[in-house]
Amino acid sequence: MRGLLLRVSVALGLLALWEGLPRIGLVNPNFLPPASEVARTLWKLLVSGELLRHAWVSLDRILLGLAVSILVGVPLGIFMGSWKTFERTLDGPLQAGRQVSAIALFPVFILFFGIGELSKVVIIFWASVWPILLNTTIGVKTVDPVLIRSARSMSARGATLFRKVVLPAAAPAIFTGIRLGAAYAFMVLVAAEMIGANAGLGFLVLNSQEVFKIPEMYAAIVALATFGLGVNKLLYHLERRATVWREAGGT
Amino acid sequence: MQPSIDIRNVSKSYGGGTAPGGLLALDDVSLQVGQGEFLAILGPSGCGKSTLLHVVAGLTPARGEILVQGKKVTGPGLDRGVVFQDYALFPWRTALDNVAFGLEMKKVPRHLRAASAYKYLKMVGLAGFEDRYPAQLSGGMKQRVAIARALAFDPEVLLMDEPFAALDAQTREILQTELLRIWEQTGKTILFVTHAIDEAIYLAQRVVVMTARPGRIKQIVDIDLPWPRVDSDVRSSRPFALLRHRIWELLAGEVEKAQHLASSRDPVPGRSRGGVAADAVAQEVV
Repeated sequence: MRGLLLRVSVALGLLALWEGLPRIGLVNPNFLPPASEVARTLWKLLVSGELLRHAWVSLDRILLGLAVSILVGVPLGIFMGSWKTFERTLDGPLQAGRQVSAIALFPVFILFFGIGELSKVVIIFWASVWPILLNTTIGVKTVDPVLIRSARSMSARGATLFRKVVLPAAAPAIFTGIRLGAAYAFMVLVAAEMIGANAGLGFLVLNSQEVFKIPEMYAAIVALATFGLGVNKLLYHLERRATVWREAGGT
Repeated sequence: MQPSIDIRNVSKSYGGGTAPGGLLALDDVSLQVGQGEFLAILGPSGCGKSTLLHVVAGLTPARGEILVQGKKVTGPGLDRGVVFQDYALFPWRTALDNVAFGLEMKKVPRHLRAASAYKYLKMVGLAGFEDRYPAQLSGGMKQRVAIARALAFDPEVLLMDEPFAALDAQTREILQTELLRIWEQTGKTILFVTHAIDEAIYLAQRVVVMTARPGRIKQIVDIDLPWPRVDSDVRSSRPFALLRHRIWELLAGEVEKAQHLASSRDPVPGRSRGGVAADAVAQEVV
């Protein structure tokens, strides 16, 4: 209770600073409009439907990029986790690839896939596939051998052993990878939408700045943060529902 | 009568067998377990008693031959139910679904599984805990679930690998008594591996004492204590104490050897090969 009180007062204090500093002229209100003005603009954008239109475009890109990441990362991770030779062979190139920032590759993607949607989905894919791949590999690799032995003693093997033991045991790690992947996807989304886009929250941030609609710019940034937080929360709840047995403590 | 479990000249070595650096875990072990018998295998840690159980379970390949109800063991099978020391429950399955695992493997139709699994949960005293996850159960309860799981698919024999070693003393005694009750109720053959002398005497009809590495049968001791042992305080009786002393003497030298082996970490020099009669004292070179 006391912790909650503290957290709320800190948040309110920061908001008060944001409101007060531009008003008393300590910060140029043209560069940082007071919080209330940004809130008003946010409301206006929300009511006019413009914000949702941009959010929808961004969500579309994220979901598509993330879906491709899951479709590639999870099966590949399963392969790498269950087949040592495969993992060792691919380890070098994959470790190298992981180090290459998605932003650095954006010009390359534009070269190959043009300035349209495809290169945006590809950059989101590139950013989000790594944590999914790595977590799946580790999850499959580190399944408790005791569980495998126990299932084998009841004559489980092959595909059955995989479906009934390896996959559920690795599920928490895979979920964590997907949640991390989504967070990375959001980070590169903004960068991707700043080049060659005419819609999306990232576009709204950059475009508002270019036409000097500063309150709109801040409203878009706030929307972006809220949006990312929302998606993370949603994934977190899905993860908890799917792995309810992990939370089941208290003995 | 055909033995329930027939272990014939089983040897197991790790890393190259008799070659230098190899490790002989089991040396020509032969043993028959009768129908419905409760037999305990007792030995110092590292004597290969768990290995022997895993070989019977079909989880570890070895030289020699094992027959269960006259059928040669070639791998794991549902004719044998295994209970492990570390419970080995599937944490994402409820107690009931854990017990039902073997039934799924046995291809029992879905609508029959729950009722059957429930019956065995009830037998181990866990009625009302069907929907609990392993993380919500105490160690003793987890091991009860594991026992129910091994019984649920109705195996011919129950193989138990130090099942109560991780439990506190009181829970252990309660579960030992429960196990005897379940044994009497189901009539299963039980092969029970332990390193606790009291446990072996209290539970078993015969106790197989094993030597330190490489594991051989040192002696088989008949436990002629009266049945049922559950209701009488058999542990504090004079015959119990005498048996305890006799087995302790058999085991003491082996425990010392086992500790010596563990500290030297070298393969045993000068091991003698060839059949060791079940009741003969093995001659060991330290």
